[in-house]
Amino acid sequence: MSADQATPREEPEDLVHQRAELVEEEARLQHEAPSEGASRAARALADVAAEPGVPKPDPILVVEDLTRSFGGVKAVQVDHVEVQRGTITAVIGPNGAGKSTFFNLVTGFDRPDSGRWRFDGADITGRPAYRIAGSGMVRTFQLTKALMRLTTLENVMLGATGQRGERLLTAPLRFLWRGQEDQVRQRADALLERFRLTHMRDEFAGTMSGGQRKLLEMARALMVRPSLVMLDEPMAGVNPALTQSLLGHIQGLRDEGTTVVLVEHDMDVIMAISDWIVVMAEGRVIAEGRPDDIRRNKAVIDAYLGTRRELKEDDGEH
Amino acid sequence: MDLLAILSNSVRGAFGPEAAIYALAAIGLNIHFGYTGLLNFGQVGFMLVGAYGTAVPVVAWGWPLWAGVLVGVLCAVLLALLLGFPTLRLRGDYLAIATIAAAEVLRYLYRSSWAEPLTGGVFGLKQFAGGFYAFNPYSGPLDLGWLTFSPRALWVMTVGWGAAFLAAGLVALLIHSPWGRVLRSVREDEQAARSLGKNVFAYKMQSLVLGGVMGALAGALIGINSQALNPDSFMPIITFYLWTIMILGGASRVLAPIVGSVVFWFLLTFLDSALRQAIGTGLVPASVLVASDIGAVRFAAVGLGLMLLMMFRPAGLMGDQKELRLDVR
Amino acid sequence: MLARLVGLLAALTIALSWGAVAVAAPGAGPVTGAGDTAPVTTASMLPLQQTEAPDDAEETQQPEEPAELLRGTLRGPDRQPLSGLTITVTRDGEEVGSTVTDDQGQWEVGLPGPGTYAVGYDPAELPEGVVPREEGGEQLQGVVVRPGAAQGVIFQLAGDGEGEGVPGGGSGAGAAGPTLLSKVAQLLVEGIKFGAIIAITSVGLSLVFGTTRLINFAHGEFVTIGAVVAFFASTGGPLPLVLGAVVAIAFAAALAGGLELSVWRPMRRRSTGLIQMFIVAIGLSLVLRHLVLVVFGSRRRQYDEFTLQPAWDLGLVRITPRDLVITVLAFLVMVLVAVMLQRTRTGKAMRAVNDNQDLARASGIDVERVVMVVWLVGGGLAGLGGVLYGLTQAIYPEMGFTLLLLMFAGVILGGIGSAYGAMIGSLAIGVISQLSTLWFPASLQFMWALLAMILVLLFRPQGILGRRERIG
Repeated sequence: MSADQATPREEPEDLVHQRAELVEEEARLQHEAPSEGASRAARALADVAAEPGVPKPDPILVVEDLTRSFGGVKAVQVDHVEVQRGTITAVIGPNGAGKSTFFNLVTGFDRPDSGRWRFDGADITGRPAYRIAGSGMVRTFQLTKALMRLTTLENVMLGATGQRGERLLTAPLRFLWRGQEDQVRQRADALLERFRLTHMRDEFAGTMSGGQRKLLEMARALMVRPSLVMLDEPMAGVNPALTQSLLGHIQGLRDEGTTVVLVEHDMDVIMAISDWIVVMAEGRVIAEGRPDDIRRNKAVIDAYLGTRRELKEDDGEH
Repeated sequence: MDLLAILSNSVRGAFGPEAAIYALAAIGLNIHFGYTGLLNFGQVGFMLVGAYGTAVPVVAWGWPLWAGVLVGVLCAVLLALLLGFPTLRLRGDYLAIATIAAAEVLRYLYRSSWAEPLTGGVFGLKQFAGGFYAFNPYSGPLDLGWLTFSPRALWVMTVGWGAAFLAAGLVALLIHSPWGRVLRSVREDEQAARSLGKNVFAYKMQSLVLGGVMGALAGALIGINSQALNPDSFMPIITFYLWTIMILGGASRVLAPIVGSVVFWFLLTFLDSALRQAIGTGLVPASVLVASDIGAVRFAAVGLGLMLLMMFRPAGLMGDQKELRLDVR
Repeated sequence: MLARLVGLLAALTIALSWGAVAVAAPGAGPVTGAGDTAPVTTASMLPLQQTEAPDDAEETQQPEEPAELLRGTLRGPDRQPLSGLTITVTRDGEEVGSTVTDDQGQWEVGLPGPGTYAVGYDPAELPEGVVPREEGGEQLQGVVVRPGAAQGVIFQLAGDGEGEGVPGGGSGAGAAGPTLLSKVAQLLVEGIKFGAIIAITSVGLSLVFGTTRLINFAHGEFVTIGAVVAFFASTGGPLPLVLGAVVAIAFAAALAGGLELSVWRPMRRRSTGLIQMFIVAIGLSLVLRHLVLVVFGSRRRQYDEFTLQPAWDLGLVRITPRDLVITVLAFLVMVLVAVMLQRTRTGKAMRAVNDNQDLARASGIDVERVVMVVWLVGGGLAGLGGVLYGLTQAIYPEMGFTLLLLMFAGVILGGIGSAYGAMIGSLAIGVISQLSTLWFPASLQFMWALLAMILVLLFRPQGILGRRERIG
């Protein structure tokens, strides 16, 4: 019903703008070799063995025995997986490996057939999606969900939690929430600035290009002040210039201490920014490890070689 | 053709009690559809329970009228909860069918022999609003020469339009609050709102209750205005009237239901009066149309209006065409 | 935009021009001209009409309704209410008002003042097997109404051939006293007949949804128009009803196809939102229904063929040859539709478009053509359903809308978009609504069907054959 019909298109000015940004970003990445966050993550994961289901020293998310089948086909069958706090963890795998379903299950957007999972020490199994988001695990969507007829600013402001004016009884009494609203607006403006969306502040989000919507969605998710951000294919449908900028933002998040889990198809991107990689195939976790471990992993090579053609097609789809 | 008479009738229609009542019910519908995106096609059900909630306690138990209105509002809250729990999780178009069916179920129930001891069944209830007219502050009619309103009509209009503007004011306050922002985000994309920690179901339910209560108040006013109630007055077509009014004004605009209702009733009464005169003076020969067909022609005209509006100007009179084009649903 | 308007007007002209012809056609048999619309029914559909009355500039404190009235309840010898009978009130030979009994058999006519009136109904409208208990009992003379009185009027009816009739009172106290089993069996037969009629009308609704995602709110109007065209062609015209039905099917199919060309296809081309199209469909249904009301009048009428038939006693159940033929015919049509969907090229293409429109288009199926065929078939079936429903019940402008809600119930029960689901669900709805009369008032029978639908939505929101949608 709501297929993302608006085709992503970039304005020429945007491209020029982004081109400059890209050059800047690349320069920064090359000169400042591994960032503080990256080294911190590397140290934390240094002693972790590269094998499926391995325990981590300080896991923020722990998933056990998670299964979900669609009409007899096991889409997800994860025995055990942990996500280390403060890292960028990538979930990769051939098309149909169950990555998106895994995301949906963990974030409460789909119900599993079985399984338990803990977030930040609390068992959140079966909690509704909005409560999981409220507790600090926020996701984005593969097909961006910009709130078309809200302005860019409103989109971002919506993300703030604990707003007094969001209750029906206090909503008409402006004096009760005006102060808080001003603070929320300041934070939102700061995020728009950070994602270079300030020029779109008062436009309807529906007028944005596909890439801008990706940025908006990320800014909106950050407004929740999440401790874990789950990004479902953040680069899909984004032009290469903007991809670099998005990568910078993702690394920036990690450097600030936010944990990032992302699903992505582009291997170059994954290898460049991930601290840890989880490989899924046919619903199972078949390998885990640092980028270098994964490059050498035979199971991964088999899984990908077997489905290389499929992978290509899938890339073309987005 | 007496143009002045037609015009004065039309103006009376545009500002009369019915226009006020329909505006109030359409404001409720605007909360549902315009701001939350709920396809409520059972608004007439809320009007039905509001009207009977008001009349039954007065007729059956001798309660004062104000207590009846309170009962009517409570009935609407109850209906919203009963209707919302099973249906608010449904996809939009299922909700439309479920709500229209629910309103029909209620009508069948209220007119059944089971309910007859309370609702009077198919014979309905009469003369229960004396308590309302006892407070009528108007002693004489409003006479503009070409247009008169009786004191009785003036009193209903005062309360009706007063309620409509109060409701519109409340909606304005709510919609420009963070609560309204969440509501509109639910309209745009439920999943996105959910992913940002918003309890979408609760907001939809609040919207359903709030708009339903406005429908119930409109229903109470229908009963008060005509001093007579019959379940068969609450046909699905009333809901379609309200949709036409809302879309004519421009969905998701605060004052649109009021503007829409005034214009709608002006046009409808104009058509009615003009046809009546045309038939009366023989301008339209009896072989084509007779006076008893006018009702049907009116309905057909409403339908045609609704079609053309939706096809060629879906944003209505006040809406922003540019904004509407962003709607991808 | 201009072209669109012209196209729309063309489609409406079909309906209108047919209307003009129908008005010109002389009424035959018990039918009177389209003019004598029963005022009570019209007024009851528009609650505010009464208070609005543009003619009286000065509204009065008095209640608007006439204080004096005549009323009563018409029940058959089995105590079942009789609906759809026209009650006419006259004074000194002049008609002062008329109404139609509702589905509880109740009626009410407002009077101009106290006095002596004559009240009557048309015995030809009685269902088969029911007659006035006394000869001439269909007209009551000298009914005295005192000022302010609501005078009750009782018409006594008896089963055909019962002569003395049955004493009022105990429900179902027929001569033999039917057992519960035979009552259930009888209602089951009635339910299957009714359900089969809903089924053939709802196939189109479901197929249109499956191929275009449009919830065609105007689908019920194809039913009404089918029934009405057959009426004007046969009872009001030269043809036998069987041929009239053929004309009706062709007309309903042509109307559906015309609307697809003039309204729906252009809207799809502009990729109009589904909600927008749904609301357009509602507007269209209002237009069509009330055009029928103008042309046909609000009275319930009957075809003049196959009306009075002695029922065959098959032991457990009784059924008239007409009802048997209707049921068998409806099932035959269902089988034909199934064969078409399974075996023919077009049918397979329909299922393909239903499953995945883009894939179907990519594999070379002409989707627009398939959609057109769906409209033609769906419209034609709805027209046929209208004729059958008109035969078993009555023909009236609201029939399509009443049936539409039951079609929705059937379609949702079976799983929206699936033709077979629609058939099975509709049969269930027919049986539910009939069996409910075993324990509950007959006037509530449709209520149970609608409640059943809401319950299905509660426990299986995606419909029985539906799938959960993927998120994200």
